Amino acid sequence: MLDLTPKSVSERSALRINPCKTCQPVGALYAALGVHRCMPHSHGSQGCVSYHRTFLTRHFKEPAIAASSSFTEGASVFGGGPNLRAAIKNIFDIYNPDVIAVHTTCLSETIGDDLNSYILDMSIPDDKVVVYTNTPSYVGSHVTGYANMLSGFIRCLADSRAAKNGGTAVFPGFVNPGDIREIKRMLALSGLSAIVFPDQSDVMDAPMTNTYVMYPRGGTRLDDIRALGGCGRVLALGGFACAEPADVLDKKCKVPYLVLPLPIGVAATDSFVAAAAEVAGRPVPVELEEERGRLLDLMLDANPYFYNKKVAVYGDPDTVIGLSSFILELGMRPGYVITGTPGEEFVRRVEALLRDYDVENCTVKAAADLFELHQWIKNEPVDLLLGTSYGKQIAKAEDIPLVRAGFPVLDRYGHSYLPIVGYQGAIRLAKMIADALMDRQDRDCADEDLDVVM
Amino acid sequence: MYAQVLEERKKSIRRAADAETSPIRCGARSVSGAVSQRACVYCGARVVLNPITDAFHIVHGPIGCAAYTWDIRGSLSSGSELYRNSFSTDLREKDVVFGGAEKLAAAVDEVMRVHAPALIFVYCTCIVGVIGDDVEAVCRGAERKYGNRVVAVKAPGFSGGKADGYRLAGEALLQFLLPHKGRKKRGGINILGDYNLAGETWIIKRYLEEVGLPVVSTFTGDASCESLAHAPSARLNIVQCAGSMVHLAQRMEREFGIPWIKASFFGVEDTGTSIRQAADLLGSAETRRRAADLTRRESERTRRLLEPYKARLAGKKAAIFVGGGFKAVSLVRQFRELGMETVLVGTQTGRPDEYEVLGKLVGPDTVILDDANPAELERFLRERGADILTGGVKERPLAYKLGIAFCDHNHERRHALAGYEGALNFAEEVNRSINSPVWRYIRG
Repeated sequence: MLDLTPKSVSERSALRINPCKTCQPVGALYAALGVHRCMPHSHGSQGCVSYHRTFLTRHFKEPAIAASSSFTEGASVFGGGPNLRAAIKNIFDIYNPDVIAVHTTCLSETIGDDLNSYILDMSIPDDKVVVYTNTPSYVGSHVTGYANMLSGFIRCLADSRAAKNGGTAVFPGFVNPGDIREIKRMLALSGLSAIVFPDQSDVMDAPMTNTYVMYPRGGTRLDDIRALGGCGRVLALGGFACAEPADVLDKKCKVPYLVLPLPIGVAATDSFVAAAAEVAGRPVPVELEEERGRLLDLMLDANPYFYNKKVAVYGDPDTVIGLSSFILELGMRPGYVITGTPGEEFVRRVEALLRDYDVENCTVKAAADLFELHQWIKNEPVDLLLGTSYGKQIAKAEDIPLVRAGFPVLDRYGHSYLPIVGYQGAIRLAKMIADALMDRQDRDCADEDLDVVM
Repeated sequence: MYAQVLEERKKSIRRAADAETSPIRCGARSVSGAVSQRACVYCGARVVLNPITDAFHIVHGPIGCAAYTWDIRGSLSSGSELYRNSFSTDLREKDVVFGGAEKLAAAVDEVMRVHAPALIFVYCTCIVGVIGDDVEAVCRGAERKYGNRVVAVKAPGFSGGKADGYRLAGEALLQFLLPHKGRKKRGGINILGDYNLAGETWIIKRYLEEVGLPVVSTFTGDASCESLAHAPSARLNIVQCAGSMVHLAQRMEREFGIPWIKASFFGVEDTGTSIRQAADLLGSAETRRRAADLTRRESERTRRLLEPYKARLAGKKAAIFVGGGFKAVSLVRQFRELGMETVLVGTQTGRPDEYEVLGKLVGPDTVILDDANPAELERFLRERGADILTGGVKERPLAYKLGIAFCDHNHERRHALAGYEGALNFAEEVNRSINSPVWRYIRG
């Protein structure tokens, strides 16, 4: 399959083939689902939200709610104000959320709908709020949309007059509920009580209870988002997803922030754990020290199987930077590191990591796509693919093992419950990578070389 | 807690017993603010055309519309795998400001430089019309330059519903077919409205060919440019997914004089009826005899194999929420074959005549609804005590959360559900879900 992909690379400037990103609104929708009793709302055509909900459902294997302005021909000519007004009223009447989080689409952006003035003109029940953000689909990627929705919440809700409480907020980045659980566990072990925003755990991994709950238990509370304004500091994990919202909060409410990489692998988790310990004013807890020790133990035990293996890493920028950092720590060699999200900062970050480990001959590219990755691999193969489900076609065509991590993973179950962040997440990742490589070795070796002990 | 039904939605929900005196309202636009299960015009056009295996499908717009439709439909191919890739112009801000036509033309050039396909579809998404790209001019220009077919599918999402997209897809197909109008009639059948999910087109094709009815081309499951070009030479169109293909069937009747019938290959009863009907219309006495033989033999065999399932499923209550009305009708019959009663049936795009048939087919207390949202589905699934829901990807987790079994009858099905073997697979899937040991720990 995918025999179409020719080996010789032809220059493309207009045609995107097999993207490694999607559009802003789905990221905004996912961010909004991390707020308690929030109904995400897409101001555009009905199809957008249908696709986004389907996409999220395919990744999380969970219902994903969101409403739509359901644009008509008329709305696209005369503006979507009446649609939005009707939608807001209907949503509060029928679905009774505490907050509606409106994001735009390419359509409503292009016709120039002004959400701010629409929403100012509406009558919104006293105990309810409507927040909004602009998410033009033709700028950035779904990661940008996630960041923009956080910024939207902060602009609309974070209270600049809130009493300074010296508290800490953590923006966990565009990660799975399982990662957020792990981040919260590490914070708790560190003795740091923090506002985690957003928080999709117990929303997009809500347990089976025999009832469908439109607004599950989880999600950042609105009062906590208001209280962000009174925080003493923000730890923003992942520059692409969280630096901009942290900056918006700083500008609005004078809350200083520290941008850290997503805590994937040893060094990045060390930075996070150290920052948490410093803020908490306590030493790093012994539990985390021990987890780190177990991770290093595993890395040492299995190191011959990792050593010098060539890897293609692809997906969202913060995740890919984290994964690249970890595979370097494992002694593996990144051959190709790409993201579909535009932004040269990605290339600078990855190249800095490569320099640190003296790795040469690695192709690093932002705004790249999986078709060109496939072409490069055809010319110069790798031992392992590390990224989303969309690499499975390359994996099949070129017979390369694939370890799934990042967003989206559409073709496996249980991944969203389990972390790739923290020392525990790194243990899981190292095990997945070693399993994939060693299963391959067992599959390919001669019968006489098959060994029970490895 | 979510049991309220919007005033505007009340006309779209009926008990079957009341549907006769007060017909269900359908085909209306979704209410702004509803958590609808519906998609858009582009989606309708895309799902119909995408299974054409050796065409280039270029989505002209920002990346999302291409990303969400990349290799998701499960249509199988016996030839090219080209259609399983995602091509788009990935419009950026400067294209939106200065126009995207130039980028589109460049994208077509980049395709032609490497692949030179016979057919390219260019899908116009929401903003393309708004920014004023003259896509048709780009397509005409490319056709002149390369001598192949470059067909514009003007499918901005806001311009209607999914069904309007089906219609546009039909028109796009017709544009491709018209130059082949003069082909000599060679008899045989076109299968319309089957998308070869899990190889279903192949199953239907095999039955027809076995009784002596050659299949000329298939729309669009496992279609190729070459096979489609022969379509005008067929003598009969059979339309499986009526929602998506009736329009094309009507147009082909007018343009090529090919009569059409609706057919359904879901369930033992409907599969048999459809094969015999096609044979009656087109075949010799010998073909009719073979059709009678095959359907008798296969239905006896299948019914025998279904017996053990019936023992495990009889008396269970089924709910159906699918795209089109004709499929819903087949599913009601199919559940009945398993001894199961349908207590709820709804569609995204059902038509009045289909709702009428449904109303007569089901019991008086069965709830019928058009364009349901999750809150309504939840309410009526509970109220009517459904044991299983059959639907698509968005309905699956809802059913599971409610502690109700689920059978995917949409893009994500992995087993063929059409024909006699499909009837067995269907029973197996329904059984596997309803009788999964997991329920022991959930319901207990």
